[in-house]
Formats: sequence, structure tokens, C-alpha cells
Amino acid sequence: MLKTLGAQIKEFKTASILTPICMIGEVIMEMLIPLLMASIIDDGINAENGANMNHVYLIGVLMLLTALISLAFGIGGGVFGAKASTGFARNLRKAMYENIQTFSFSNIDKFSTSGLVTRLTTDVTNMQNAYQMILRMCMRAPFSLIIAMAMSFWISPRLASVYLVAVVILGGVLGLIVSQAMKHFSQAFPKYDDLNESVQENVSAIRVVKAYVREDYENTKFKKASGNIYKIFCKAEGIVAWNSPVMSITVYACIILISWLGAHMIVQDELEIGKLMSLLTYCMNILMNLMMLSMIFVMITMSMASARRICEVLNETPDLSNPAKPVTEVRDGSIRFDNVSFSYKKDADTPVLKNINLDIKSGETIGIIGGTGSAKSSLVNLVSRLYDVTDGRLLVGGVDVRDYDMEALRNQVSVVLQNNVLFSGTILENLRWGDREATEEECRKACILACADEFIQRMPDGYNTFIEQGGTNVSGGQKQRLCIARALLKKPRILILDDSTSAVDTATDAKIRKAFAQEIPGTTKLIIAQRVSSVEHADRIIVMHEGQIDGFGTHEELLAGNEIYREVYESQMSGSGDFDENHDDNKISDGNNDNQGGRDGHGNNADDGGKGSHGKGGM
Amino acid sequence: MAEERAPKVNHGPGGPRGARGPRPKIDHPGRLLKRVLGYTFKDYGVRWVIVFICIVTTVFSSLQGTLFMRTLIDDYIKPMLGQQNPDFSPLAGAIARVACFYLLGVIASFVQSRIMIYVTQGTMRNLRNDLFESMEKLPIKYFDTHAHGDIMSIYTNDIDTMRQLISQSLPQLFNSMIMVVSVLVSMLVLDVPLTLVTLLMVAVMIIAAKKIGSQSSRFFLAQQQALGKLNGCIEETMTGQKVVKVFCHEEESLQQFNELNDQLCGSSYAANKFANIMGPVNAQLGNLSYVVCAVAGGILAISGISGLTLGELASFLTLNRSFIMPINQISMQFNSIIMALAGADRIFKMMDETPEIDEGYVELVNAKRQADGALTESAERTGLWAWKHYHKADNTTTYKELQGDVVFDHVDFGYTDEKMILHDIELFAKPGQKIAFVGATGAGKTTITNLINRFYTIQDGKIRYDGININKIKKDDLRRSLGIVLQDTHLFTGTVMENIRYGKLDATDEDVVKAAKLANADGFIRRLPDGYNTMLHGDGANLSQGQRQLLAIARAAIADPPVLILDEATSSIDTRTEKLVQKGMDALMKGRTNFVIAHRLSTVRNSDCIIVLEQGRIIERGTHDQLIEQKGKYYQLYTGNAMAQ
Repeated sequence: MLKTLGAQIKEFKTASILTPICMIGEVIMEMLIPLLMASIIDDGINAENGANMNHVYLIGVLMLLTALISLAFGIGGGVFGAKASTGFARNLRKAMYENIQTFSFSNIDKFSTSGLVTRLTTDVTNMQNAYQMILRMCMRAPFSLIIAMAMSFWISPRLASVYLVAVVILGGVLGLIVSQAMKHFSQAFPKYDDLNESVQENVSAIRVVKAYVREDYENTKFKKASGNIYKIFCKAEGIVAWNSPVMSITVYACIILISWLGAHMIVQDELEIGKLMSLLTYCMNILMNLMMLSMIFVMITMSMASARRICEVLNETPDLSNPAKPVTEVRDGSIRFDNVSFSYKKDADTPVLKNINLDIKSGETIGIIGGTGSAKSSLVNLVSRLYDVTDGRLLVGGVDVRDYDMEALRNQVSVVLQNNVLFSGTILENLRWGDREATEEECRKACILACADEFIQRMPDGYNTFIEQGGTNVSGGQKQRLCIARALLKKPRILILDDSTSAVDTATDAKIRKAFAQEIPGTTKLIIAQRVSSVEHADRIIVMHEGQIDGFGTHEELLAGNEIYREVYESQMSGSGDFDENHDDNKISDGNNDNQGGRDGHGNNADDGGKGSHGKGGM
Repeated sequence: MAEERAPKVNHGPGGPRGARGPRPKIDHPGRLLKRVLGYTFKDYGVRWVIVFICIVTTVFSSLQGTLFMRTLIDDYIKPMLGQQNPDFSPLAGAIARVACFYLLGVIASFVQSRIMIYVTQGTMRNLRNDLFESMEKLPIKYFDTHAHGDIMSIYTNDIDTMRQLISQSLPQLFNSMIMVVSVLVSMLVLDVPLTLVTLLMVAVMIIAAKKIGSQSSRFFLAQQQALGKLNGCIEETMTGQKVVKVFCHEEESLQQFNELNDQLCGSSYAANKFANIMGPVNAQLGNLSYVVCAVAGGILAISGISGLTLGELASFLTLNRSFIMPINQISMQFNSIIMALAGADRIFKMMDETPEIDEGYVELVNAKRQADGALTESAERTGLWAWKHYHKADNTTTYKELQGDVVFDHVDFGYTDEKMILHDIELFAKPGQKIAFVGATGAGKTTITNLINRFYTIQDGKIRYDGININKIKKDDLRRSLGIVLQDTHLFTGTVMENIRYGKLDATDEDVVKAAKLANADGFIRRLPDGYNTMLHGDGANLSQGQRQLLAIARAAIADPPVLILDEATSSIDTRTEKLVQKGMDALMKGRTNFVIAHRLSTVRNSDCIIVLEQGRIIERGTHDQLIEQKGKYYQLYTGNAMAQ
């Protein structure tokens, strides 16, 4: 782990080395001051042969100089520390982000969206703080302790040995306290997270709570949980509370002992008053730094969790890679599944897809229908090699997808995902995701095909309308149509629509399909849908059932020979009309209407990310 | 990932030093602080008093220690110097006295830290409980208008800064203030001119701190903005990472990220640089003050002008250190107190939100039917419910059987008074009927159902439940008589069993299984790893949307309410499974008043009345056959004629 993180220091190595050096310099200078002080008293004011004013001035100037040098070192340490730590954070973020860009779908599934965001934000900040502390304090505290100790020994080995004993005892006790407390805290934090989770749950499910009049029930539940936290934290902090009395008892014991022994030594002319004073100053220094060390230890242990999570991302290797000699040209839009099996997890008992054999000709329109969890999405995701098949072969344009250059393949196989995302930027910018060089005219053409042009034209700024983050200012149906247009701009050989018109009304849906048939006849089209009406005019229809192909044929063939298809058809035959999104063009300005508060706002991210990992994109 | 927790939000980079960040603006910091103090004194007043006594004791005992230096040197060591047989017994006595002071200090500091734990944690617990309790009372509107992330941050960030305020800032501030005052007094007693020198140095220090601080906070502001921008970018791309992959857009996204990342690094460097410099500058100014005092003291001691003894000088120099430390601390605590008060402001604001107003007085009670057919109240559960209606006019109480008869009488509604969403809605629903709402998104279907249970209050018109204006019914009792399956399914952390039982807390395991069977959920539940005892996490993230809806239906079924509201309850269930569920649903709906919202028209065909809504108005109503006959909107959509347009 240290190696992984250490590799990200890169160009900030110099600053990272200079910081502790400066800190050490600062400490050395600071530690000289009490010694100089002793000299003022012993050789100046209280000199045996009468007071020596000149010595006082001389040492005074010397002390001033030390303070100034110390200041210079301190500022240097601060500046370099800031440089090193912020730079380290920058590199960490960059490295993670770069690595995430190479992730395949299954890598992304492994980390949830919110997990990745937390790692890139909070965890990096934690690391930045920890790193800064390590650079600045980790050197300073032990060094200051050692120097103070050395100075003490230099002044009087006999008295300094008192400190040594004190340090050993205090160190032992502090270590014990910290380790015990850590144990309790590590139990307490998950409980604390649970409590927050329950708040989160109550916030998002407030309607359920209120509908079932469970406020009191939730209150009791919450009180119990917060009571538990109270108990467990009191226990953990009860241990930490020993810190301050143990610390003061040691300090006081040292002062008393030194005073008593020191007095004897002074009287017996073995020590001078000024030296006694500097010894007492060092005493505070030593013990304070010990305390600091124990705190550093706690903070570092706490940031370990963040470090571990960051390393998880950094060490994740994408499980798809380009072949050695990649094919860059997709010859045509034919697709062949050759005994394909697939599962999301390698050790899964039952594969998601079993023994799939399909032969789809270039230019065909294929409908895919099936129940929730029947692996429709999984099937099409294999075509653009978003996942690798577990067993068998998948050929696109007659070549195994694993032999293609991934970028070339994905440019030729355009997928409109189920979880559509638009990015903040103008509509035009969003469309150009499909083709960086697309002219406005081309973009418009794609939009006309996807029936998006009509509503874009009606928007105040037309194609330059700004899309808010997450596409919150367009309706679901509009979003889907924009996503289709975006995919069309790739001018792909194969176009995959994964339930991409679910929020588009039936009439527009039909119009889009008609446009496809007329305008891009050469493109192979795979269309996943819930509505039979969306697929019934396809050349052929695949009926998926529990990861297997239950039927493959034309509408009429399936109606005659496939029970599942017939059932679905009959259940939808009458009343296939659909009210939703009929009026999507005048999306209501106040988003709350009919929309269980915050439904398309916060909280959904985690859901979207989470769902994928269970392979239940379904429906 | 299961281990993923709600991110613990940091207080901006700079960590422990982050208190030097930009100061938030608060209107009445004094009043707010008073309220915070009042809040914790309310329950822990006595303990706070003990804590303050302990703090005073600690400060004085440590001061005694410092002053002991003077006694040690002037009264004991110096006289003994040069004696042939020095007598150490007076010194032993003096040391024993100081040891007693020290012991007192140690005990005080132990008692203080012990008590503070209970005070802090207890206050946190009370604060959380109060906050949660008042949150549960808030109207739905509050949750509509406040981002859930913001609400969460009150529980995490703001409570945390409050914890720091109570456990550290307040005692330390008090400690520092006593320290400053007592040290100042001691210094003045020891030597006035030296004290003036010290004060001068402190003034320089404060000015320097202010200068650097203002620089620093300017950059912190820039850093905060850069951080916000970068986080926004990260969130957006991570959410759309799969789309980035599909469109091979990695490089562009990286480019955008790098730009923002470098910006953050730059401003973060500047901000941290100044924050870091603050420490050494203060420390060295402290040292400077020490040096100046030492030299000045040396001159004074040698010249004997102010009668400064060596012991006094020694003590004074130690005091000088003890004077500067608390002053530094006060300035640091001051910042974190302001930060914490900003959090306190948000906490109290939420606690002060007006709770859901409930002026209802009609209660739902268990009833018994007398021989003559009249209803009377019953203490035990009878299975028969009645509305207990007290009439003020003639001081009588009537009982009316709960049936589930719902009437909308010219209802107008808008989320705000300016913009009406529903206009003149009129409808009648009798027990045993199924009323369906259809219409486009935004037509107001869900809104209507949200009015029945008074999630929102209507602007005009009346809604009657069993003939009683629902405004007169206690909200809790009204809601208890309504079962709702919401559009968005929400499940709670806990077992499947517990989640279904949520509808009726005293339901037996058999009842739960029965309800699950009714909702056709029994099958998949049994296939889960631990069956009914399978733990659900994160809103049931380990279940599919359809499965979650089935659980929600079971939860409503077990509540067994006379009125059932199903808002797109089967929207995520595929049509084949829906057909199976439909049977259960039909069984569930029998004998109840049902309101059904669905966009699949096939599921509402057998309704007693279908209401077609458009932009908040009822445009058509009738049975399926009647509406088909009318050849209106419903007909168009049902037959798919709209396609021909």
C-alpha cells in the first residue's frame, strides 16, 4: 500500500524531503533557546563574579538570531509541506481518475458510483491532511523529543535520567490508552455510520413513515440507536480521558523530582539555577511531544481506511484489454453468438447467460423481449464488449470482439444504455459526444431521426440550450431521444437500444422506428423493449427467459409457437396505449408534481451504480 | 458495495487547521451561542458547573507550580547556597505543599475530562434525538424543498462541529480565559515593566495573526470554490462513467478533470501555505517575546531598578510562555466557535421548522356494536373501528363506523398559493370500488392521492372521509386508515419480515407470510438466502425494483386498511409477473375503497370509475366501456389511435 501511494509523490519528492528537513531545523533552533536562556542567567545575571551585562546582550542577540532562523525554517516547512501535500493530493486524484477511465464495466460495477466519488473527494482530502501531518509532525515530534532529551542529558545526566524513566512510563501508558481506545473507536464508527444511514433512510422514505404513521416507532428506533452510540462512545472516550491526568501526573512528578534533586545539586554546586530552569522547560517539551506522537498515531490509523480505499482504485486493473494486433475496421453489422455463456462474477454458480447461439445478419432489425432479470441487457452488452464472454465466442462483422481495438469496436457498435446520462453542457455539446467533428447540420439530422428536433426547436436557445447536470431540465422522454440522437451521430454499423424509448410515448416511438427503417437501413438494430408494440415490426424477435433464448423468429412465428411471447402479447394487446410522457414536451416547471420528491435528484446515483453489480439491469 | 458508507464529510482540506477557513456569516452569533449553552445547560447544568470548578482548579494548581519556581529559587535555594550543612526540611515541606496542589490539579483534570465525556456525548444524543423527532414531525413539503444531502449534512457535519464546540472549544476557551487573566495578574504582581513588554509583544502577535489570517481565508475561499467545481465534475463523470466508456470519451473527460484538478491544487497550496506559516510565526513571536523579556529582565535584575529577583525572573519567563499559549488558543478557538455556530444555526433552524399542523380532533377508536346497533368505544381490539366525533356545539360525542367512503368536493390545490396544480376536482368513492387515475406525467394523479392522506393541505374545497371533513380528523388516525403503495418503493434496513411487518407492528409471522403470499412475494422471498430473515440494506439494494414493489404491496396488505392507494405499484414488474400479482391485488382490493394510478391501461380496465386527468383537471370520467364509447382522450390512447396522428 505504501508503495502504491508513494509512487504518486512524483515531482513533489523534493518538497517532501525538504519539509521534514526544515521541521528538524526549526526544532533544533527552538531547542537551543532554553539553553541560551540558562546562559543568560548563569553567566550573565547570576554570574559568580558579578553580573555581566555584556553577556546578557550577546546571548540576547544570539537568541534573537536563533528565533529568526527557526522562523525561516518554520516558514520553509510550512510552504514545502503545503506544496508537497497538495501536490500529492493532486497526483492521487489524477492517478485514480486516469485509472478509472481505463475501467471496464465490470470494474465500474465493483465500485459503486458513490464509492468512487467518495474516494476521489473525501478520501483524497483525508490523505492530503495525513500526508501533511506526516511530513511536518512525524519528524518534528520525535526529533524534538530526542533533542530535548539529549540537551537534558548534556546539562545533567543524573536529572535527565528522571525524564527517561518518565518518558518510558508515559509512553507505555499512552500506548496502552491509544490501543485500547482505538479498539473501541473502531467498533463505534460503524455504529455511527449505521445511525446516519438510518437518518438517510428516514429522509428518503419519509412518505412511507408518515403514511404508516410510524413516526413514534422510528423515534424509538432512532433513540435506541443514538443511545447505543452514546454508550459506546462514552466507553471509548472514557479510556481517552485517562490521557490528561496521566500526562499531568507525569509532568508534575517530574517537576517535583527535578526541583528537589536540582535544589540539592545547586546547593552542592553541581548545577546552576539557569540550567535548572532550562531543564524544566525541556521537561514540558519532551512530554508534550510524546503526547503529540500518540495523537499522530491515532490520526494516521484513522486515515488508513482512506488510504486502503484509494489503493483499491489505484491497484484495480481493468479486466478488458486491447489485443496485441487489434483489428480496427468493423466490416459489417453482422453478429454471431457462438455458444456464449456469461456471468458477472467468475465464481457464480449459475451463469447469467447460458449457451446462446444467434446469427444476426447485417442490417437486420432485431427486437428483444423478456421479463425482468431475463438477461436482455447482459446479452446486448456483450456485443460492444462492455463485458467479456465467459465461454464461447461472439463475432461482430465476422471477427471475434476480443480481436478488435476496443475504441474502434465501440465506435461502430453504438449503445444507448438503459441508465441514460446527459452531461452539463449545451445540447450540441452533448450530441457531439457521438462525433467530435459533427457539424450542426449533422447533429440536426440525427435529432430529426430520433424525433428530438421537434422539441429542441421549441426550446428558447434551441441547440444551444444548456443541459443541467444529470439532465434535470429535460423530461425522461426528451432525455432518451437526445441519447438516441447522440448514439446515431456515431454512424454505427450496429445500433443497440436498451429499453431506450420506455419514456417516449407510443406514437413517437413508432415514428422513431419508422425513421430508422427508412434512413439507416444498413445498420443492424437491436432493440430491447417492454412493449410488444416496440418490437413487433422488427425483422425477428428474440424472447429471453432466465438467461436463455426461449424463442427467435418473426412476430407471427412467435405468436404461433412461443408461449411466453403470446402471454406478453396478450397481456398488452389491448390497452397498449400509454399515458406517460404523452405530454413530455411541456415538462412542468415545478418538478415536484407527481414526482415523489427528489426522485430524480439525489440518492439515485448510488442506486444506479448498485444495480449493475447485481446484474439486474433488467426492465 | 455493501461496505460503502455515507461519506463522512470533511471540513475542507486543512484538517485540524481547517478552522482557519473562511468564516461563515451568522446573524446573531451571541444569541446563537446563548441558545447552544442553554441547550446543554438544561440537562447538564450541574455537571457544567463542576467542570468549570475543575477548570479553575486546574489552572490555579498549574499556576502554583509556576510560581513555585520563585519560592524554590529565592526562598530555598539561594539562602542555602554557601551554607555548610544546609537544612532541606523546609524545602521538603514546601515541595509537599506544591505536590498537594498538583494532586488537586490532577484530580480536577481527571474529573473534568470524565464529566465532559458524558456532557458532550449526552448533549449529542439529546441533540440527535430532538433533531430526529422534530424532523419526523415536519410536513412532506419540507422534504420536497430541501435537498436530502443538506438534511444529512446537518446530522453528520453540523452535529460534529457542535461536538467539537462543546467538548473542546468551550472548555478550552474558558480555560484559556482564566489562564490569561490569572497569569496576567501573577505577572503584574511579579513585575510591572516586564508585563508591559509582554503585552506589547502580544499585540504584535495578534496583528501578525490577523494579517496572515485574512490572506489565508481569501485563499481558502478560492480553494472551497475550486473544490466545489472539481467535486461537481467528479460526481458527474462518475455517474456517467459507463456512457463515457461507450462513447470512448475518456480523453476529453480526463482533460477537463486535469484542468480543474490543477486549479484546486494551486488554490489549495496557497491556502495551506498561509495556514501553515501561521504556526511558526506565532511560535517564533512567542520566542521573541521570551527573549526580549529575558534580556529586559536580565537588565532589571542586574540593575536592581524594580527589585526583580532571580527567582521572580525565572517564574516570569515561565509565565510569559503560559500567557502566550492561551492567547493563541483563544484566537484559534474563536474561529472554530464561529464555524460551529454556523452548524448550530442550521441545527436549530431545522428544529424550529414549523411541524405538520394537525388541528384534527376526530379520533379513530375500537368500537363495539351494542344490541340496538349503536356503536360504543371499546378498550380492546375488536376489529371494528369507528370515528369518535366530538361536537362542540351541543357537547355530544357520536361514533361513526369506519367504512372508507371518500368524497372530493370542488378541490383546488397548489404547492404554492400562486400556482394551482389541481382545479375543481370532484369525485366519489364508495367502499368496494376501484377508482383509477390515468393521465400524462404531471397531470396531477399522485397529487390527488397525496391530498387524501393530507401530505399536503388543499387550498379550496373539501375532502370528506366517511362524511367527515378530513381536516377534522387527526392526521395519524386518518393515515392509519389508509394503505399506500408509493410510486418509489422505500424499504428499511432490517429483515424482509420486519419490512413487511412495518405495515402492522403486532403482526405475527404467519400474518406476514400470508400478506406476502397475497402480494405474490412469498415465492421470491423463499428463494432469498435466508428467506424471510434475509437482511435488506440500503433501501433494499440487493433486490430488483420489481421485488421491492412486491414487498411494498405486502406491507400495505398486512396493514389491512379500508382505503387502499396504489400509485404505480406494479410499474416495475414485467407484464407477465404483473398478471400473477394482479390476482393478489384483486383479492387485496376486495371490500376496500381503492385508488389506483397506473400507466398501463390494461391494469385499470376493470375499474368502477376511470378518471382521466389533464393538467390538473378531470377531462373524462366513467367506466372503461363508457369512456371507449365517448371516443375521447382515453379512447385514443387505449386503442392506440394516437399513433395515427
